[in-house]
Order: sequence, then C-alpha cells, then structure tokens
Amino acid sequence: MHNLSPITALGGTAPRIDTVAKLTLSENPDIALASVTARADHTTACRAHLNALLGSDAPAPGKACLHDPELAFWTGPDQWMIAAPFETHEDLAARLKAQFGVAASITEQTDAWACFDLRGDGIDPVMELLCAINIRAMQTGDAARTVIHHLGCFVIRMAPAGDLRILGPRASAGSLHHAILTAMTSAL
Amino acid sequence: MTTGKMNQINRLEGGQIDRSTRLKFTFDNRQYYGHPGDTLASALLANGVRLMGRSFKYHRPRGVLTAGSEEPNAIVELRGGARQEPNTRATTAELYDGLYAKSQNRWPSLAFDAMAINDRLSNFLTAGFYYKTFMWPAAFWEKVYEPIIRKAAGLGSLSMKEDPDDYDKGFKHCDLLIIGAGPAGLSAALTAGRSGAEVILADEDFAFGGRLNAETYLLDEAPALDWVTQTIAELSSLPNVRLMRRTTVMGAFDHGIYGAVERVSDHLHNPDPGKPRQILWRIYAKHTLLCAGATERPIAFDNNDRPGIMMAGAIRTFANRFGATPSQRIAVFTNSDDGHRTAADLHAKGIKIAAVVDTRSDAPLSTDYEVLRGAQAIDSKGRLGLTYVDLRQADGSIRTLECGALGVSGGWNPNVHLTCHQRGRPVWNAELAAFVPGGALPPGMSVAGAARGIFSTHGALTSGAQGAIDALDLKSTVAHLPQAEDTPVTQKAFWYVQGCSRAWLDQQNDVTVKDVKLAHQEGFRSVEHLKRYTTLGMATDQGKTSNMGGLAIMAELAGKGIPEVGTTIFRPPYTPVAIGAMAGRIRGKDFHPTRLTPSHFWAKERGAVFVEVGNWLRAQWFPLPGETHWRQSVDREVLATRASVGVCDCTTLGKIDVQGADAADFLNKIYCNGFAKLAVNKTRYGLMLREDGIAIDDGTAGRMAEDHFVVTTTTANAGKVYQHMEFVRQCLCPDMDVQLISTTEAWAQYAVAGPNSRKLLQKIVDAEFDISNEAFPFMACANITVCGGLRARLFRISFSGELAFEIAVPSRYGDALMRRLMSEGEEFNVTPYGTEALGVMRIEKGHAAGNELNGTTTALNLGMGRMVSKAKDSIGSVLSERTGLNTADALMQVGLKPLDTSDKVTAGGHLMAVDGPVDAAHDQGYVTSAAYSPTLGSMIGLGFLKDGSNRMGETLRLVSPLTKLTVEVEVVSAHFVDPEGIRVRA
Repeated sequence: MHNLSPITALGGTAPRIDTVAKLTLSENPDIALASVTARADHTTACRAHLNALLGSDAPAPGKACLHDPELAFWTGPDQWMIAAPFETHEDLAARLKAQFGVAASITEQTDAWACFDLRGDGIDPVMELLCAINIRAMQTGDAARTVIHHLGCFVIRMAPAGDLRILGPRASAGSLHHAILTAMTSAL
Repeated sequence: MTTGKMNQINRLEGGQIDRSTRLKFTFDNRQYYGHPGDTLASALLANGVRLMGRSFKYHRPRGVLTAGSEEPNAIVELRGGARQEPNTRATTAELYDGLYAKSQNRWPSLAFDAMAINDRLSNFLTAGFYYKTFMWPAAFWEKVYEPIIRKAAGLGSLSMKEDPDDYDKGFKHCDLLIIGAGPAGLSAALTAGRSGAEVILADEDFAFGGRLNAETYLLDEAPALDWVTQTIAELSSLPNVRLMRRTTVMGAFDHGIYGAVERVSDHLHNPDPGKPRQILWRIYAKHTLLCAGATERPIAFDNNDRPGIMMAGAIRTFANRFGATPSQRIAVFTNSDDGHRTAADLHAKGIKIAAVVDTRSDAPLSTDYEVLRGAQAIDSKGRLGLTYVDLRQADGSIRTLECGALGVSGGWNPNVHLTCHQRGRPVWNAELAAFVPGGALPPGMSVAGAARGIFSTHGALTSGAQGAIDALDLKSTVAHLPQAEDTPVTQKAFWYVQGCSRAWLDQQNDVTVKDVKLAHQEGFRSVEHLKRYTTLGMATDQGKTSNMGGLAIMAELAGKGIPEVGTTIFRPPYTPVAIGAMAGRIRGKDFHPTRLTPSHFWAKERGAVFVEVGNWLRAQWFPLPGETHWRQSVDREVLATRASVGVCDCTTLGKIDVQGADAADFLNKIYCNGFAKLAVNKTRYGLMLREDGIAIDDGTAGRMAEDHFVVTTTTANAGKVYQHMEFVRQCLCPDMDVQLISTTEAWAQYAVAGPNSRKLLQKIVDAEFDISNEAFPFMACANITVCGGLRARLFRISFSGELAFEIAVPSRYGDALMRRLMSEGEEFNVTPYGTEALGVMRIEKGHAAGNELNGTTTALNLGMGRMVSKAKDSIGSVLSERTGLNTADALMQVGLKPLDTSDKVTAGGHLMAVDGPVDAAHDQGYVTSAAYSPTLGSMIGLGFLKDGSNRMGETLRLVSPLTKLTVEVEVVSAHFVDPEGIRVRA
C-alpha cells in the first residue's frame, strides 16, 4: 500500500462543504472515473460489455444510467464516462480494460475532474444562474454537457430525484466552486 | 440643502400610491416627499416640479414628456458616488426613501444654464453642422476644437469609479414567452397558464397591468385593477407560470433566445448583501407573444418642447395611476377622441381644463369644458415652464390659452421594435396611419393587442388569448374574458402644423422639423440618411416618440408615400442596458477561470512567485529569504539544477491519450517525422506541421503499449492541438481506428533534472523498476509504481539538456509527491525551479519553444528540415517543399552571443551586417528568445538568420531601434550547453 496522501481538488485534506439557506454544496473526492470509447468494428461488443456492467443498455445522448456501484453517462458518439466509488474502485480503468479488452479504449479520468454535489432546496434557481440547461425539465437520469463560468462541465440529475452532480475540470475546481457558491448566495 | 415644500401641491386623489408611507428624496439638492408607488417623475410633478432637464444641443429647458420608458427629456443621474447612473429615465425610476438624483447637461444649474447660449446660435448648429465646421485651421483641431467638443458633447457623466454592484447572468426556458403584461399579455398568460404550458410573463414595469393602470375603463363593470389583481393571483398560483416584473425583454436574438434585464434591486437604496443589482437573462422560448402595447405620438408645432407640454395619455397616467398632475390648469391638443379622455379624466379630478384643441371640424363637444373644433396649437410661451399656448382657430384667428400643461395626442404607434430585431421591417397600415408588425418576424414570434394595431381593450384581451392559443396550438377556444370597451379606433395622420420650423421631433437629440427640411434640401432623403444626417432616432430613446414624425415629414417633402420611405431598423437593446449587466460575474479576478497545478498549494507555501500562462498559474521562480531580485533566484535555480538536481511542475503541458489499432498510423499522419516504428516503452520528439508546411507545435509521444500513446504539447497549444487532432480524426481520417481524450489535468507531471536526478528518483520509484541507464536509456518511457505501489508513469526526456526524467502520478497525489521529492532530495540539495529557469535552460540547450514556432517558421527554419519524412505522407509534408520555403538564403535557427559579455541580447531585435544601412531591405533575421545564462556568464539568444548554418562565427549587429539598442553579436551554434548531448545520455 503506497504512502502518499491525496488532497482534494480544492486543496484540502477533507472535502469542503458549504450550506446556503437549505442547499448544501459538497465537494466529492470519492469518485473514480474512466472513459470508455468503442473501437472501430467493436461498437456492438463494447455495448454488450456496458450492458453486462450496468445491467441495462448503455445510456443514450443526454442520459445517465444510475447503476450502483458503476454509474455511466453518455459523453460522445460511442463514448461514455463510467463513475464508481473511489474507495473500492481506484483501479477502475484497469478493471474496465481487463473486462472490455480490445472492444474499447479505456482511459483513467479520475483526477481530470472535480465533483460537486448539490442537495436540498433551491437547486433550480441556482442552476439557472450558472448554465443554459433547462433545469426545470431535467429528470432523474438526465445528464447534460454544459458550460459553467467558461468551464466545460457535466451535470447529472441523480437519485434521489433533485440531487445534482456537477463534474468540472479539476484544475479549475476553485473557480467552479466559487461560481456555484456565488450563485447560491445570489439566488437563495 | 434647502427643504422643499412639505405638501405636494400637485397631488390628486386616488392612484396606486401608498399614502400611509412617506418617502424622502432629493433632486438637484432639494428635498421632496413622495410615496411608494411613485416614480421619480410622478413625485416631482406632484411636488410642482415641471423643469427636469436641459436638451442635448440647445440646452433648452425641458420637462417630462411621457410616463414610460420612451421618455426623451426627464433623464437624470440617479444615485451618487460609484453607483451613479447617467441617463436614467425619471419615468421608470421607482421612488424609494433616500433616492438621490441630479439633472444632466446643464451648468451651473437647471434653472440657469450658461450653455443655453447655444439656443441663440441655433442657425449655426443645425443638423449636420459638424460636417461643415471645425476644419480650419487644421492645427486647431487637436488643441482647440476637440477639447471643446468633448466638454460640450455627451449626455450625462460617468462616475469614473468601478461599478461596485454585482450582476448575474442567467438562463430560463419556456414554451411561451409573453412580452408585456397589459390586457393582451395578461389574457394570453391566463390562457397559456391554464393549459399547463411553461409560461414566462415579463413586464418592464414594477406593476403588471400595462395601460389598465393608466385608464379609467371598467372591466366587467368593476375597476380594471380588480381584474388585474385577480389575474395575477391566479397566475402566481400556477407552478408552470413565472412572473417577471421589472424585467425588460430588450432583444430578440437568434435561435429563439431573448435577452431580458431584470432589475432586482434598483428600487432599493442598496442591494441586499450577496444579491445582484440586476440579472441579464437569456430566455430560450419555443414561442413568443409580443404584447408590448403602443406608444403615443406627438404633433409638432413651434416651441412644442416646453416643460409642461406632454403626451395626453401620459397626463392621464400620472393622474390615474400616480395621483399627480403637472398643473392645476391644463389644455389638450389632439386629432382624435383619445385626447378627450385626458380632459374628461382630469376634469373628474378637479383640474381646470383650459380647452380641448381638436384639429377635426367634427370633434365631439363637452358640457364640462370648451372644445375648439378645427383648431391647432401653433406656439407656446414660458421658458422654464409652460404659461401660454397660442392657437389658430378654425376661422383663422389667433387665440392665446393660459395653461401650465398641454396634453398632445397625435395617435398611437404600435411598439413593433422587437419584431424588427432580426432585420424585419414593419408594414404601413393606412387605416391606422401607423406601422404594424409585418414582413419576416423572428421565428416563433407573434404579436397581439395594441402592438399589432388592435387598440380597444376588448380587442387586446381577445387577441391576447387567441394569440396564446395559436402559438401553442391549443385545442381550447377563448375562455371567458371580462366585458370591456370596444370603441372602434380610427387614427388619421397629423404630424405637424403647417408653417412650423423650430418644432421639435426628436427631443433627446434636439432635431426639429427644420432639420428634416434641411436634410432633404441637402440631398439626404432616404430614411437611413435622414436618420444619420440629423441624428433623429439615434439617442438613448431610439426615437420612440420621434421616428414616425420625421419620416412622415420626409415623405411629404420627397413626394412619396410613407411606406415608400420606410423605416430604419430597430436594434437591441430596446432600452439602455448597464455594461455591468453585460459583464455579469465575468470581471476582476473572476474574468476567467484559474487553473492551479497539483503542486500549487505547496508552491504557495514555498513562497513561489506565480505567472499567468493562459488560465494557468505557474510558479515562475522560488525566491529564498535574502534574495531581493528575481535574477538571483533564477540564476541560482539554473546553476543548482545543472549542478545537482532540480524539480519543475510541468503538468500544464498538454497530455493527449491516443489509443486504437491505428494509433501509430494516426501519429504518422499528424507528425512530420516517423512514428509507425516507435517501439513500445519508447518516446520520440515529434514536430506537427500545418497543411501549408508551417510548424504548429512540437512535443513528444510515448508509446505505452502497441495501441496506446501519450502525446504531449506545449502549454499554450494544448487546446489547439487537441482540436486539430480531433479534426484529423473525425474529418480527414474517419476510417482510422483511433480514439483521443485529454488527460492534461488527470496527471501531475514533474520534471526531475540534473546529474543527481536518477539518484533522487531511485528513492521514489519502487525497487522492482530498474531505471539505470542500461535498463531505462534516454527516451525510454514506462508505466511504473512509486512510494509503495502508487501507479505512475516515467518518461526519460529532457528539456533542460541535463540528465532528466518526467514523473507523473494521478493529480490528487501530486502534492504529496512533490513534498516527498523535496524531503528525499534534501541530501542532493534538491532545488524547485520555475518557468524562468526552465526557459533559461532550454535556451542554453537550443530547444525551440513557442517563440520559435511563431506561425511563420518551417521545419527547415528550425533546423529540422531532415525530420520531414519523405517515406510517408503526413500533414504539411507536400507544401513544406514549396520553393518559396526552401530558398538558398532561408532563415535558419542560430545561437547569438554578445561580443562584450556585459551587453544585452533582446528578443525582437533584428540582425544586420556590421556595417551598412539599418533598414528592412538589409534585414538578415531576428532574435526570438533571449536570457541571461548563468552557466555561460552572459546573455545569450536564439534567432533566425538567413543561411544561418553556414555563417557560424560571423559578427553581426543586433539592432532594436525602438529601444535604441545596438549590440555586436557572434553567430554560434544554438546548443550552448553540452552540444554533444553527453549529459542527457548519462
């Protein structure tokens, strides 16, 4: 077991939690991520592997599959992102590569992203100040790519319904966090 | 500061103001009182104040003309200090306790304005006068004319302080956006809301109801306000309906997106902490119903601009909604029944009606006041406030009416503006003598109510409901709507009285009937020329009360019909928008996101000085206590690294993951040199060319497995190269089996460089990985583990020219790894180094960077001509062979050393022969990079020299005429340090 201690995207030893009115914004470092892109002539096989992994079809554009422990969302033509708990799946990319073989190109994406979870009342008015997603129409299992404060982000409506997961570029975590918190203070 | 009158002498009974609360406000340093529900304009009128401003050009005394956002005259500076806002319309500024405002465009005071001298010089200041003046003598322009014009011109002043308020930007989506909450908009909202559609109802006013707030009509035999209140209550209860008051939909943009400014806090003294002053919304609407109503139009006559001369409908609004009157004695000048409504409403409130002057010979008479049929107002008196109006009666005789206010009504113009924002032009309706929406409307937009030319209340209610049904394709028919007046409306054209000259059309830009005639006379006859030559319609009110009059007069002069003359194009924003709202939160340190490297927090603790590289913050150098100048730190870092070992965070360089069966072939396509045969666990330097043979970027590609490469790029080009590679993948080589994804931020990557770099890494890399020179030679790469099993990658590449490696771990462990390198490296005097030392070392080594790959240089120029493989096709290969890029005297990269070691070498300097002229014709080349080399003890540079590789040892002049520098330099090899490359291979 290696002896290097991780820090969170915001640079702390513990995740940052902020509450404004009845809404909580939590930094979430406990996500492992890997991208899965089907290789040419292997799209069917890739989808079959995803089906086996998730227990259902690979999610369509704009959608996520909220499976446990692996969550998947669509990111491009024949491309998905898989998320899983970091504690048990730190080697997610290696595991998936072993499973998918030549059917897909798998890349570790865990520390390319910072994750922020929103839980509580007032998510919609806050998100209206942040990005162009039609948040009032966003249902559990919807996943959208959007721009928040000049940052390309993914937004997923989780279960229980209402919870929102925001994935943004890790190096800009501070800017993203500041933007979300400012919107919370403004809207609530 | 003098205290104004305690009682508001021109207050009337009734209105929607809250008399139980008194608000104190200040205008031009005098204190007054008003009530919640007042605007600044209504409160001033109630206090007997008619004089509210001075006109732009002639500094004529002006009063409020209208009661709405179309106001041209009563524009004030609202608030003081850094929050001061110029050109605020007093008619829309909600009154609050402590409101502070000043009039504009006058010195020293509103009552006595020295610049009014302009009014006496009006013959010299007519339309377009500045095209004929200020030209002679030429020398006077800069020193005399321009300063004077700058002082005199402009409307309102800026505080010159940073805007301290916060503004948000936001996004809303709906099935139906209803613009305007008058009778048409409200009935549309009810219909659409009850159907379950997602509806947004927006109104620029702080009260919903539109003209229902201003008129005395009954709806279902009850005050109209009752129905408004009821309707708003029902709409508020519907979760699918969003009501946005104080929100101006100011533009119809592409793709069904509307811009709207919500004034969240402007009606408060200060915004609440953390709350924005305003929000700029982008509203994505599937359908839009424009219910923006209509704006009353004036009739022009000489001196029709005195304080107290107002739109008749506005006088009604002030009386009925705000309980205020401009005077106790009022006259009306009208060409339709509409003006009579003002007389009736004001008479009912106890105001003396001097007379109703009606241009029609068959005007309706009244038992309450005199109606003069077939008469016209022709002049007025009362410089600081109306005292008399002169009329010409039907029989030709002149009569003078004493009055403190005159309500003028020339009819109503539908507010078509938003229908024209995408270059649509309205169409002329001869029955209404007005332009109505027509032509190509923005897709998804329809119009209802007065904005469409449907002027009766019943018509507005019905067309609003029907508009919602049609827009949303609802199956229902129009539900019950309240009974309302449905008087047929006819409007006839009556733009100006004959013989008038100094009759105002555009009151904000001071454009008269005489100016329009002048424009016509001078040949500026098209409506576009009329606008620009006279500036009619070009002020902050966009000519809302003047466009129609101007083009009607031009039509008459040109002998054309009005539709033939046409209109100019209305453009967003409908009313002025604060620049702060456009900026939103994107200002100051939040102007762009900041990217922090994995070692950032450690570097900060270490006292690093940071530099912005795009959005990144990179450590530039790490000063030690006692170091006072950056050269001390940088020189030390360079010497220490070359002597022992240094560590530099190079995470910011792009890292692109390339996988797939055809990954190697793909790299062969994008790099000019060969990659197909690169062995697994080997890295190679790669040069990327544009289609035209010019170098884009350089980097390395490491082969981690048969079907897996990691490609690096320079920091600045990471995004650009990724975009380029995706374009090649998707569009040029779609049949290749290759997949790309960025991993720049996923891995913390550090350069560990210097003769002791391997020794240091051997304390970090787990023992089972042999990184000796034999097992891990120069340009090797591998997946390894460190510190007891953490996955990592190791690359043996060198930018510094020393024995060097780059080690990468997942970013969350980067901080810990850096600290471990420092603690394990103590025995080697490990030195963290920043971008400056990095730059010095690569210049000492002669490595090209962004300065050399400047968008004009080729592989040949960079000394890499032979790298362009002719054994395979790659992007840029063919065009790199163009004769023009391969001349005998082509620029070649060289090194430069000053003959006198104390001399400067500067990037940007040009290379000239030792003797002879210094000019472009004799230019031999230029310097791209320069630095002080502590290793060599002098400044050195890299540059491009014509036929440089054949001119080693030659002496040249480095010239920089702008900085007055001339230095003699020797042409040397660019590889100043370890040219044999012995250290990198150690």
